[in-house]
Amino acid sequence: MIPPRSPDSAFVPTRAELFLGFFKTGLSGFGGVMPHARRMLVEDRRWLDDRQFTELLSLGQTLPGPNILNMAVVIGARFHGWVGSVLAALGLLSAPLVIVLSLATLYGRFAHSARLIQILAAVAAAAAGLVLATGGRLATRMDRDAGSIFILVVAFLANFWLRLPLLGILLVLGPLSIGLAWRSLRREQRAQGGAP
Amino acid sequence: MNGPSLSGLFLRFCLFSLMAVGGATALVPEMHRQVVDLHGWMSSADFATLFAIAQAAPGPNVLFVSLIGWKLAGIPGALVCTLGMCLPSALLAFTVGRLWDRFRHSTWRMAIERGLAPITIGLVLGSGCLLVQATGTRGPLLVIAALSALLSFRSKLNPLWWLAGAALLGGVGALS
Repeated sequence: MIPPRSPDSAFVPTRAELFLGFFKTGLSGFGGVMPHARRMLVEDRRWLDDRQFTELLSLGQTLPGPNILNMAVVIGARFHGWVGSVLAALGLLSAPLVIVLSLATLYGRFAHSARLIQILAAVAAAAAGLVLATGGRLATRMDRDAGSIFILVVAFLANFWLRLPLLGILLVLGPLSIGLAWRSLRREQRAQGGAP
Repeated sequence: MNGPSLSGLFLRFCLFSLMAVGGATALVPEMHRQVVDLHGWMSSADFATLFAIAQAAPGPNVLFVSLIGWKLAGIPGALVCTLGMCLPSALLAFTVGRLWDRFRHSTWRMAIERGLAPITIGLVLGSGCLLVQATGTRGPLLVIAALSALLSFRSKLNPLWWLAGAALLGGVGALS
């Protein structure tokens, strides 16, 4: 069910601590929340040990939806049921939501300033570059067999170049890619001596 | 311009939530396709600007969705889109979270993790290219995008520095 607690992570947060922990993570998460989340969960407050964090990260990344939110929901549930999930999610999102909407309102008011337009165009170009870098970093960590590279290229072309609907891309490539991964996993397992 | 209804937005973003394999960034081209290409609710440049604001603010990058909602229907739109984007996937995580660890050694779980990775990466790279295109393909902007991609790929510095550097360049008029 839930990863067994190790002596290292014997800290059970109260509901208020759960909210505040994620509140602080949300606010400190400039340029990506995940490193801050890890520091808060594993090092500062020790609600999780390293292995539990890695497990939850893989869950957050595999399930659809915002990765960090998925993790907050599962961690909240683990300590305080659905109330914990709601508190962790609200803690994570409330302050950044207020900030980003305030920024948007300011932008709405000054959107005609030529200088602001120049600044935002430059920031937008840099932000686009950051997304490319994220993709590049993920690609260097992926298993680069021919099947995976093929799927990556097809997903990229269908999505960016052909502008096909995402639902269709996922319904075709999802089963295909998971099937390919399943086949190569079975092959690896057989090579290791046939254990399932 | 005929704006969307709040209930329509909510349902649309509920579907986005379940399609967001690998997080909100992978959704960028699909959102652009629907909001800009199909319905013409905003310009491509507006879309890129909202993404930039979301990246420059603290917090998870899912807040980009809130800004799209804000642009389409003000604060109510922001709240409705954020809720739609978060609720279905959160319910799924809540349910699966209890079972995840039990299937750690299951071939199926490993196959799903491994199989989704290349799709996610392809979509994220597609997002990056689309955002470069949406920002505008003027030379100086392309240079900024390329520099930011390269610097952030190579160094571990907080990416906020590259955004700040770009803002400075834009502010002193280096782009005009």
